[in-house]
Amino acid sequence: MKKGYFGDFGGQFVPELLMPPLLELERAMETIVRSEEFDRQFKALLKDFVGRPTALTRCDNLSQRLGLDLWLKREDLAHTGAHKINNTMGQGLLTKMLGKGTLLAETGAGQHGVATATAAAKLGLECVVYMGAVDIRRQAHNVRRMELLGARVEPVKTGTQTLKDAINAALRHWIAEQRDTHYCLGSVVGPHPFPEMIRDFQAVIGREAKAQFRERVGRLPDMVVACVGGGSNAIGMFHEFVPEPGVELVGVEAAGSGQPDCYHSATLSLGSPGVLHGTRTKLLQTGQGQILPSHSVAPGLDYPGVGPEHSDLQASGRARYVSVTDDSALAAFQTLCRTEGILPALESSHALGWVLDNARDIKPGSSVLLCLSGRGDKDLEIVEQALASQKESKGD
Amino acid sequence: MKSSLLTEKIRAANASGRIALIPFLPAGFPDKDRFWEELAALDAAGADIIEIGMPFSDPVADGPVVERASLQALAQGVDLAWILGELAARRAGFSAALVLMGYLNPVLQYGVAAFARDASRAGVSGVILADLPFEEAVDIKRILTAQGLDLVPLVGLNTSRERLAMYAAQATGFAYFVSVLGTTGERRTLPEEVRQKLAVARQVFDIPVALGFGLKTPDQLKGLEGLVDAAVFGSALIKHLEAGGKSAEFMAAWS
Repeated sequence: MKKGYFGDFGGQFVPELLMPPLLELERAMETIVRSEEFDRQFKALLKDFVGRPTALTRCDNLSQRLGLDLWLKREDLAHTGAHKINNTMGQGLLTKMLGKGTLLAETGAGQHGVATATAAAKLGLECVVYMGAVDIRRQAHNVRRMELLGARVEPVKTGTQTLKDAINAALRHWIAEQRDTHYCLGSVVGPHPFPEMIRDFQAVIGREAKAQFRERVGRLPDMVVACVGGGSNAIGMFHEFVPEPGVELVGVEAAGSGQPDCYHSATLSLGSPGVLHGTRTKLLQTGQGQILPSHSVAPGLDYPGVGPEHSDLQASGRARYVSVTDDSALAAFQTLCRTEGILPALESSHALGWVLDNARDIKPGSSVLLCLSGRGDKDLEIVEQALASQKESKGD
Repeated sequence: MKSSLLTEKIRAANASGRIALIPFLPAGFPDKDRFWEELAALDAAGADIIEIGMPFSDPVADGPVVERASLQALAQGVDLAWILGELAARRAGFSAALVLMGYLNPVLQYGVAAFARDASRAGVSGVILADLPFEEAVDIKRILTAQGLDLVPLVGLNTSRERLAMYAAQATGFAYFVSVLGTTGERRTLPEEVRQKLAVARQVFDIPVALGFGLKTPDQLKGLEGLVDAAVFGSALIKHLEAGGKSAEFMAAWS
């Protein structure tokens, strides 16, 4: 297979000026990331700082209600409240070992920005985060968190002023500042070697979950489910199970409002192949190859592309990709709060929403392992607004 | 190998004792009609080659001026079909050679083979794709070459001698040397390393070397005599036009 590709997807579609830092990263994947010293320090950070291993929780009440055996991998319990920190600690450590002084990141909702700022503070690095001006207004709380952690948040006022344009701005900054700056990309997207490197940092999710599940249940789950925006929690969860033919893999995308012609983020379900942000993958685009705005009630799923490895897992049939609407995710959010005492992120609520909506079509008694990628405290405002407007429209 | 019109144009300018002038104008800027007027004016004012920008929603190699102009063009419905159709209708109307510059995805969705065929029929001589580095260019380059189109490589201050040589072994037309480690957009001064690196590029490439990104005034080229065969300017020209200036005035300073 061609270097940096997953089947037909992946590659390095970047300006020549970014090839030297990408080639440097490729070498670092071999010399630094695979070294014993890196492994030792990374494991120590994940254990003592991030709080790994995260718990595996059986949903006793929901399991009974659904006639399934439902388990949650609790990434919401990781430091900063989501799986994002696994990646930023890995890339932060790599940055330090490369001898660079600054971590650069993009962020949509602010979760990856917070996780990057956290890694930078812990590891003694400078931190610059690009964030769309629209997102800055929507997620003011996370902007304050990043600033408290010492990061400089740069507003992006071009294009859609959201995540996609924040990535453009971060790539531009990286072109100019590559000598002392590492671009800490937040998901398994972008040019090679990012999708592979970030997958490897996130693969700890599936490794732990597989071992925990085996220990508790004595076998492998029948089905593994995760939400997919860029797809980093999903690939981190799936990676360990891809070689296990008995385990069905399901990725859940955001269908938006579900109305015809609505903006959504169901890239794998409804998109087509193209090149964006350095990689060939499925995209939401016009017939002329212009990138379309995306939407989801879950800010972390709001991206018009997806990791190239997911495009390949879909093409090969090894994983199945489905989508659920904002309303399904909101219903699942409330259900998990009330039945299990866990407040899930709206992103993870999409994965759960699919299980709840489709439980009848899953063989009774099946064991389902779901990646609860983050906690939902960050989403309270969105949830309250959405529930209020649901109530209003029902009252009409 | 068939000689390239782009190479010939630059060599002809050099032979008459000047560097070749390559203005860049985003297609459909400042609007769909005036674009063709400005293009004709640039041609009449002595442009040797004109780069026409193919707009893309996510132009990562461009600074704010070109990005804004591209998004404006998109908002007016400018797409590849319009650019290639209008160019075909005006074929042979320009004495400057034409190059299309943009990003890969719109070309992929148009279809690379169809793009190469239609661009060639429309009188285009070369293509620059800002997000297509050497490693990913093999198949596309073959398709463009088959239609007589040059794929002009972008290289820069951080391109190693080895990578320059990789490009040089295959490139036709001219090599585009990016003057700054950054995006398009005018700078007051060029970094000191430009001179040194340009000298290396001149050794490695047989084809002419054009300098671009960050050019605003001819003064910036002082000290680079003999190292640069052509100069590309985009953002400064766009700003000049936005401020109500004329292409001919802008070109006059460079001629």
